[in-house]
Amino acid sequence: MAHAPVVAVIDQTLETKRRPPFDVVYEWVTTVDHKKIGLMYIAYALIFLLIAGFEAVLMRIQLAVPNNHFVSPQVFNRLFTMHGTTMVFFMGMPILFGFANYLVPLMIGARDMAFPRLNAFSFWISAFGGLLLYFSYLGGDGLYGMGSAPDVGWFAYAPLTAKVFSPGHSTDYWTLSILLSGIGTTGTALNIMTTTICMRCKGMKLTRMPLFVWLMVVTSFLVFVAVSPLTAAQIMLTLDRYLGAHFFDTQAGGSAVLWMHFFWIFGHPEVYILVLPAFGFISEMIPVFSRKAIFGYPAMVAASVAIGFISLSVWAHHMFTVGMGPAGNTFFVFSTMVISVPTGIKIFNWLATLWGGKIIFKVPMMFSLAFLFQFLVAGLTGIMLSSAPFNWQLSASYFVIAHFHYVLVGAIVTALFGAFYYWYPKVTGRMMSETLGKWHFWLFIIGFHLTFDVMHVPGLLGMPRRIYTYEAGRGWETLNFIIGIGALFQTVGTLIFVYNMVRSYYHGEIAGHDPWDAWTLEWATPSPPPVYNFAVEPTVRSRRPLWDLKHPEDPDENYE
Amino acid sequence: MLPTVAAMNHLSVLADGAILRSPTTIFDPAATPARSAFELSMLVLGVTAGIFLVVGGLMLYAVIRFRYRPSDSEREPPQIYGSNQIELSWTVIPILIVVMLFLSTTRVILDTEAAPKPASSVDVTVIGHQFWWEYRYPKLGVVTANELHVPVSDPAKPMPTYLAMSSADTDHSFWVPRLAGKMDLIPNRLNTMWIDPQEPGLYLGQCAQYCGTQHAKMLLRVYAQSPEDFAAWIKQQQRPAEQDVSANPAVAEGQTVFMHSACINCHTIAGTVATGRYGPDLTHLESRDTIASGPIQNTPENLRKWIANPNSMKPGVLMPSMHLNDHDLDVITAYLVTLH
Amino acid sequence: MMQTTSSIPISTSEQPWVLPHRGIVGMTCLIIAESAIFLIFVVAYVYYIGRSLSGPTPAQVLELPILSTICLLSSSITIHYAVGALRKDNVRGCTLGLAGTVLLGAVFLMMTAREWYHLIHDFGLTIRTNLFGTTFYSLVGLHASHVVVGLTMLTIALALSLRGSVTEEHAERLEVLSLYWHFVDGVWVVVFTVVYVLGR
Repeated sequence: MAHAPVVAVIDQTLETKRRPPFDVVYEWVTTVDHKKIGLMYIAYALIFLLIAGFEAVLMRIQLAVPNNHFVSPQVFNRLFTMHGTTMVFFMGMPILFGFANYLVPLMIGARDMAFPRLNAFSFWISAFGGLLLYFSYLGGDGLYGMGSAPDVGWFAYAPLTAKVFSPGHSTDYWTLSILLSGIGTTGTALNIMTTTICMRCKGMKLTRMPLFVWLMVVTSFLVFVAVSPLTAAQIMLTLDRYLGAHFFDTQAGGSAVLWMHFFWIFGHPEVYILVLPAFGFISEMIPVFSRKAIFGYPAMVAASVAIGFISLSVWAHHMFTVGMGPAGNTFFVFSTMVISVPTGIKIFNWLATLWGGKIIFKVPMMFSLAFLFQFLVAGLTGIMLSSAPFNWQLSASYFVIAHFHYVLVGAIVTALFGAFYYWYPKVTGRMMSETLGKWHFWLFIIGFHLTFDVMHVPGLLGMPRRIYTYEAGRGWETLNFIIGIGALFQTVGTLIFVYNMVRSYYHGEIAGHDPWDAWTLEWATPSPPPVYNFAVEPTVRSRRPLWDLKHPEDPDENYE
Repeated sequence: MLPTVAAMNHLSVLADGAILRSPTTIFDPAATPARSAFELSMLVLGVTAGIFLVVGGLMLYAVIRFRYRPSDSEREPPQIYGSNQIELSWTVIPILIVVMLFLSTTRVILDTEAAPKPASSVDVTVIGHQFWWEYRYPKLGVVTANELHVPVSDPAKPMPTYLAMSSADTDHSFWVPRLAGKMDLIPNRLNTMWIDPQEPGLYLGQCAQYCGTQHAKMLLRVYAQSPEDFAAWIKQQQRPAEQDVSANPAVAEGQTVFMHSACINCHTIAGTVATGRYGPDLTHLESRDTIASGPIQNTPENLRKWIANPNSMKPGVLMPSMHLNDHDLDVITAYLVTLH
Repeated sequence: MMQTTSSIPISTSEQPWVLPHRGIVGMTCLIIAESAIFLIFVVAYVYYIGRSLSGPTPAQVLELPILSTICLLSSSITIHYAVGALRKDNVRGCTLGLAGTVLLGAVFLMMTAREWYHLIHDFGLTIRTNLFGTTFYSLVGLHASHVVVGLTMLTIALALSLRGSVTEEHAERLEVLSLYWHFVDGVWVVVFTVVYVLGR
């Protein structure tokens, strides 16, 4: 393949002169450039990470000792509702779609997303949703002080959300903010899907796309079929609350279980929407830091697609205690257990990538290895929960909270941290500090395990979730105390991470265009990339175009 | 100061192993449904522990054995792109494990949910309320609240208690870990579960589905009694409230105040004009160890404080303060403590 | 000025590299997402058939909307004609097709409005009357709102076409709009079957 070193453009980290602040703000507010929009999503999500993390710390303080009076029950109930809602919709989704926004066009050699204005619209409507949710603290007054922030839990079971049990407007802030966020998410997913299908550079067949792009395609498909049921359910709930409809009105013959079905038809694929991008990050990082191609690319693609489809059939494993009967319970046990097969295949393929490689313990890889180990554990506790009679004991208890935080924090946030360290040099042109990164890593991981390993035990000892306090003498006291200590470690680790990002922007080592000696197209542009990404449209002949350039004697196309 | 005291408390608690003797642990089953779930959980834990050791062990090995050493040559390691046989093997083996777990699970589901109902079982209707439990024994004509009494069940001659459950308002969930897995109480829906405690005693639990402000204090107390004790309890519960209270003037006055207050709109005292159904039945209030569905001991002082201002003891409870003066509070309490 | 060079792989061979049109793909994604919303409302409708505790039942109040259905489904033919005409640079044919589509769609909406007026004023059926009212108005109303959006876009297209601003190069975009309109018609087939045939 002919290749010519192409003069890229001025390296902006060295050359940009200070511009008037108004110009800078105007540029960012009106931008339709996928890179800037991606960064806005990420910054926005990080702010909400800190806010929702603070809400978690408050809850852990309240639960550190039995019958504590640090916060009132009403405040506590709002805290767990806001913590969950914020972390899922205004931290998890934006940050992952922000990374996708930034990386997908670069990885497929495109100039931007397919619909740049839709991209901007999606961001601003999601952002408005987040502000609306938090405005509830100020604006949600209603009857008897029942207003303020929503307190119905992040899955808002009916009929607790009916006007009669939740008067005032707090529930409406929950409903509407998520509705807006859903519109934004659907728009972004539409963009990702269209960009991937219609704007790949020459030679990039679907079977040559980076795995991160494949995983974002499956994620986008899940968004279309899973977020819409939630949108529908939100519309129904609003009709119930304001026009007197009876969708979930049990007094009129409506069904509370119907809300559960609709919510979890969304809710289960939602967690796959959150985890598949994390799989994408890991699938990019582990090969680079093992110095080997990913093992079993076709199997990885097939497993990801399989996970996407199967995830649409498992939702009622959140409802084993609702009384669906043996037939219903058995079906969902089966589908849930089946999904562990493609998930296991992915874990084994990552392991096989490490095997025989030369593992380099830079900070992104440390987080990737922590992901691997922690995701394995999370999957195993998932298998425990898939067994319905065991689930009848464990559901709605602290065991479930431990399981899903193991996935959300132990897998997804851990992979995210790795992704930050890995792509920060591309975005800013500077490396993050390895030393600070190692402090961040160890403090966070120790805190994570202190909190979430221990958290399984109160669940096994009968502690249900969503309780603002608990009785002494059930064996829960010490465990809750340790869980709180772990939260403090994680907080310190996260603050070091934020400091590292800010400090490295000004003082980090200059990165160059390919600091990790990686193989996918985003590393062929300067750091940071010019607004048009690639000076000429690339042509690729394999899954690792830069490997082919660096190893012309042994290109990948001979093996694919 | 306070954190240090708390820390000391925790250390002593660890020392005496309260964690191991927790009254709500799932690992100490006292009834058949809990025992079936426990045995299944041991199988599942065993399998997952095995997978953890094998896969986790391989991960640990890989990370140590294949780490980059500075003495390594500069060449990249051999690039291995995949292997169909290996992919097949780690697809087939997990499928086999899944099939085994699925079959074991299905058997326990059927044993618990499709078990035939013995003729000698006791029927209880459970209605969940924001934030208390209503118990009705339809065939025995008993209505009570918050403390469930059931007979012990001898495996040779089973006498399980079947709970028919629904809710008057939001979703709740009945979870007494040592007796059975949980089952939800959902308005406009009837769910059924059964328990058969084999040892007499008090079994604890609490509501396990977020139902509003005081979800945390909707506790469960199940008293398993020998058949004789249970029969005696039933007999006592079937009697209406003591009508002749003229002996004690305070009690008599208390009864009058009660029957002329809004109390009767929410509470029932069998045999009187109080027939309210919104709050717990008080006919045999004094036969209970606790009030407010578990968190408060049933003593005259607590009872008086509760009636004066329920929100001060259980903030968010739906019983309003009746704004009674001190004298009325005294006499009403005196009356209520006679309701055995 | 500091310049960094980076290697972007390029090739001199010129094999054709054709990918699908982004408007069509984008609209298809939107249709998938919207179908999922409709599906949930249909599921709610079907689940609640026969479960109303009171009030009028479908059999008592619903009549088959034959004429409005014919109008709506015919409008798919007219817009298909309009797109075909535009591809052949027949702007007048396109304008006629668009006008026909708008007209037929508007008739459909008017007849739906008449039906609702009849239901509300003569039978007292509203969204709060019973489960049938709730699920009927929400499902049919959701469809009608999509018809409104489609008609708005079609009217804009018609206005531009009348102004002479529409040429053959816009055929692809008109096809994207027609996809949406076909989707709206497809949903009506489902709603018609579930509400007026199965549910009565």
